[in-house]
Amino acid sequence: MNAGHLPILQVALPLIAAPLCVLLRRPAFAWAFTTLVSWALLAMSILLLIRVMADGVISYRLGGWAPPFGIEYRLDAVNCFVILVISAVAAVVTPYMRQSVAREITAPRHNLFYGVYLLALTGLLGIAATGDAFNIYVFMEISSLASYVLIGLGSSRRARAAAFQYLIMGTIGATFLLIGIGLLYMMTGTLNLADLSLRVAEVPDMRPIYAAFAFITIGVLIKLALFPLHIWLPNAYTHAPSAVSAFLAASATKVGAYVLLRFVFTLFGPEFSFERMPLMEILMPLSLIAILVGSGVAIFQHDLKRLFAYSSIGQIGYIALGISFASTSGLTGAIVHIFNHAMMKGGIFLALGCMMYRTGSVELSALHGLGRRMPFTMAALIIGGLGLVGVPLTSGFVSKWYLVQAALEADLWPVALLILLGSLVALIYVGRVIEAAYFRPPPPGAPAVREAPWQMLIPTWILLAASLYFGVHTDITVSVAERGAEMLLGLPA
Amino acid sequence: MSDFLVLKVMAKLLIPFILLFGFYVQMHGDYGPGGGFQAGVIVAAAFILYAIVFEIGTARRVAPMAVLVTIACLGVLLYAGVGVANLVYGGRFLEYGVLAHEPAHGNHIGILIVEIGVGMAVAAVMMIIFFSFARRR
Repeated sequence: MNAGHLPILQVALPLIAAPLCVLLRRPAFAWAFTTLVSWALLAMSILLLIRVMADGVISYRLGGWAPPFGIEYRLDAVNCFVILVISAVAAVVTPYMRQSVAREITAPRHNLFYGVYLLALTGLLGIAATGDAFNIYVFMEISSLASYVLIGLGSSRRARAAAFQYLIMGTIGATFLLIGIGLLYMMTGTLNLADLSLRVAEVPDMRPIYAAFAFITIGVLIKLALFPLHIWLPNAYTHAPSAVSAFLAASATKVGAYVLLRFVFTLFGPEFSFERMPLMEILMPLSLIAILVGSGVAIFQHDLKRLFAYSSIGQIGYIALGISFASTSGLTGAIVHIFNHAMMKGGIFLALGCMMYRTGSVELSALHGLGRRMPFTMAALIIGGLGLVGVPLTSGFVSKWYLVQAALEADLWPVALLILLGSLVALIYVGRVIEAAYFRPPPPGAPAVREAPWQMLIPTWILLAASLYFGVHTDITVSVAERGAEMLLGLPA
Repeated sequence: MSDFLVLKVMAKLLIPFILLFGFYVQMHGDYGPGGGFQAGVIVAAAFILYAIVFEIGTARRVAPMAVLVTIACLGVLLYAGVGVANLVYGGRFLEYGVLAHEPAHGNHIGILIVEIGVGMAVAAVMMIIFFSFARRR
């Protein structure tokens, strides 16, 4: 075995670890094993990214079959970046899970939880690694089915209803994706993304291709939870266990955004998607509505997890907006925001998990006076919130900078104004959190609350420290994102 | 429990053949129609038929949940393990050709083992699903 097998080991390792985790039985063993696996995955993804940035695209033939016929794993700057985001989030969230999961999940066997979590990880990494359209569908089903279970394990009874709602929406999305891939296969006879991108242009009758494009786009937008296809997301994030909310908020929708990028740019090509099909005209208004409505609805929420779930809908709007520009700076903004939002929102949900661990509630009213009593948790929450607003020195500022730049390049100054308006709306809901945490006295007779345990605080702060670090040192994330953007647009790197 | 005599006699007659057919489909998956998934479903169907026609308690005792979960896990491990074994022998993931001296022979062995893994996992999961839903409150 050598480093050449990294692309498949990245996916095979969690797949093998999942059943082993179930066989380990003892929750502490399962947790320790899962943590080790997630750290190994992070190390592998860093190695992969270094290799891809140095040597260019890596192609791995599964089973030794040559690409158009066999399944090919194809790693370039974009999906290595996505793999790094997923595995980094997993490597931080998994150590956190031990206490959070023990407190919040009532299921008798936590080893099953870690097994399912590893399967979700397998699916997400598989979607990112593969270069085969049908393989994307299979891995999407693996990750989705595992996510439904993870969400359904939430402590309230409504978690089951939320998981069922997500199951219905997710299955519709996956079915649409499958219909689209089926139509493409019917017209071209191939499933390999690179091969498809060459053959789609030569198809004599384009009508099935148009239909495939529509089916795939809508299917992926459901997974991405772009307005108005977002209805599953608030319930799912609100009722899932805290660690699961953090993991899914930071990874699942990001992979959805990646799949959209992959299909729209690599497979169909920007010329087809934006000139022959009106993708920009559809995506841009929807993402602007998502930014304003998602952030606007977040203002009126009393449950903090639901508040930040609606804020996620707004933030997904920014990613989709960046994609809709189809320009280098727009795509750079979108890809950078995939990373930045993963760090910020993951950190916020971990902080909410700390709050849940100590107070047993994530209501806005439970925040009163917590600024003094849980200073580190609350400071983390506020830093994450300011990142969502896009305050300078946070990484949210970097992505919004590129998005505004893209809007101005495209002579769409109203869009630039709306982006800034979205930030102001975000300021309102973050302001409400700050006000409740720092300027309200604790209710009389409130039980004494201590700071969350360090095993939970450290992962929370790692994610938020990363979001601050990459808000100042933008060269690393932006250079990878720019290279990815140029590659997606077919520009010479 | 003496009613439905015809049903019980027929089930008793059929179940051995269902199991046998399941194993046939399992082992001949690489020559003809069939394979691990179909075989797993057929084998699970024999157990489920017994549980429906006779009583679920005996079926549960023969195939306890802990054993089924272990079988399902081992099935997945067998599948992925073969993939990794190919890496060890110098091939790529799931490149069975390297498992024997001759590629065709290696492919044959590889597919057979992988399909047994699939069959184990599918049969166990089918029974887990049935027993979970049939649980008495």
